[in-house]
Amino acid sequence: MRRPGALVALATATILVLMPFWWMVSMAFKPEAEVFTQEPRLLPAQPTLGNFSVALDDGNLGRAMLNFAIVALIVVVANCVFALLAGYAFAKLPFPGGGAVFLAIVSTTMVPVAVTLIPLFLITKGIPLAGGNDLLGQGGSGLLDTLAGLTLPHLIGPLNVFLARQFFLGLADELGEAGRVDGAGELTVFWRIYLPLAKPLVATVAVFAFTAVWDDFLWPLVVTGSAETQTVQLALSRFLTGGNVAYGPAMAGSVLVILPILAVFLFNQRSFIAGLSEGGVKG
Amino acid sequence: MSVATQAGPATARSRPAVRRRPSRRRRLIGLAFAAPAIAYLAVFQMFPMLYGLYLSFTSYSPLDRGAPRFVGLGNYAALAGSAEFLQSVGVTVQFVAEVLPFAVGIALGLALLANRRVRGIGLWRAGLFLPRIVPLTAVSLVWLWLYSPDGWFNSLLADAGLRPHTWLLDEDTALHAVAVMRVWKALGGNMVLFLAGLQAIPKTLYEAAALDGAGAWARFRHVTLPGLRPVMVYVITVNIVYLAQSFAEIFILTGGGPLGSTTTTNFLIYQQAFQNNQFGSASAMAFVLFALIFAFSFVAMRGMGRRS
Repeated sequence: MRRPGALVALATATILVLMPFWWMVSMAFKPEAEVFTQEPRLLPAQPTLGNFSVALDDGNLGRAMLNFAIVALIVVVANCVFALLAGYAFAKLPFPGGGAVFLAIVSTTMVPVAVTLIPLFLITKGIPLAGGNDLLGQGGSGLLDTLAGLTLPHLIGPLNVFLARQFFLGLADELGEAGRVDGAGELTVFWRIYLPLAKPLVATVAVFAFTAVWDDFLWPLVVTGSAETQTVQLALSRFLTGGNVAYGPAMAGSVLVILPILAVFLFNQRSFIAGLSEGGVKG
Repeated sequence: MSVATQAGPATARSRPAVRRRPSRRRRLIGLAFAAPAIAYLAVFQMFPMLYGLYLSFTSYSPLDRGAPRFVGLGNYAALAGSAEFLQSVGVTVQFVAEVLPFAVGIALGLALLANRRVRGIGLWRAGLFLPRIVPLTAVSLVWLWLYSPDGWFNSLLADAGLRPHTWLLDEDTALHAVAVMRVWKALGGNMVLFLAGLQAIPKTLYEAAALDGAGAWARFRHVTLPGLRPVMVYVITVNIVYLAQSFAEIFILTGGGPLGSTTTTNFLIYQQAFQNNQFGSASAMAFVLFALIFAFSFVAMRGMGRRS
């Protein structure tokens, strides 16, 4: 960099942005007496691991992380399979009415969560034969307070269908024609010819699907209640009770929750960032 | 007449036709590929929208044994006269208006800084991006401490000889305090979008501008900014849509208080539906919020399109 001023600005900005994380990590290792003091110190005077065991035991954080991993895995796989298949069909295997259906799908990406929140809650509660419900979805709690219920709104993202269609539109029709001339069926054409070219798309859709679950707080808050089904977002908020916060365990819990994704992020920074910015360039 | 001579021109002519109008079998396979997504989105996206619209014209509590009772426009009429609801709309608009310029402007500045070839630029970018990948609940808890009487901000004030302030408990500062946190949270994501936009601007444009004797400011004004317009429109629209639905940070930092000064419409909808069990009225609020978000993003897109 020719001008050192820019580097100083960059460094200052980064340090400012990272300060809250410094405090998060520092407080995670502080004993309670050091947390509630008028003069917060940047480093713990007597570091302790006690907050981490409180977060894992009382906060039930291990279970919450496992729950989240299960929900995220289901959502990512469902999106990668069904959003890709649908996007491919809209792009390469057009069927009557497909254009109108696609437009309807795209138009739902603008709809705020609040609009579908209450109906989705009622639908989740009324899933037939689940949670003590009868065939008409009456009488029980349906999929409320279950991991399956947590996945319901995120299984296939309309935006992912859109991204998949745009991606496959950019691949030549001749590739598929060549396969068909060689006698390949449609599933083979998709699986053997187009899918291997779609690795960047799979990465993007996976990142989008993951962040949809990761960023969501309202839906878990509404559908889950018990410690057995809550995911990390909700488990963390439980450190806050009636205006009192157990800051030490809350920060330790936050550190534990962030570490895995931080590792994934740092080792795949390029595809992670590319995935997240994809929508911006294409949309 | 031999078969070969007839078949020759026929296949040549029919080939493009085949590509334009796929066989019946292929259309069916296409439908089968798309069917799971269409069925899912119909049941879990489109139907809920219509169902929500219907609920907004009813009075309905999930605790009742009975079905939703039709009340026509009653919910909407009640909202028009509800001080609580109108305040929440004001809070939502103010929140978006406060966060948006900073979340976009600072992010653009950071993107310009981070768009340089420096050793270790990847690490700087990762650091700036970090708030984006941390759950809102986790960062809200840290900020709750930063703003607390014993927190970092008040200790800085004390060092400067100023009196401490309970930022989140004061009606006049609570929303601003939440807004500052939200700017911090939004910077990384927006910066990455701007970075992608910057890297899509052809280098040749800068070279041509430099040849014409354009200075740094002129290059920014006449090459960078116009080149970023599509990304800018996208970033602003997406930010409006997200910010207008703020919830988790409100839930953690203020719980909507003090005196409703941070109760966004989305937060009020949650309270109305899941604490007061008023599904009908909450649905009506959701559709008003929908209309507001739609109007604001529409105005933003039109405004950005015109300013050229």
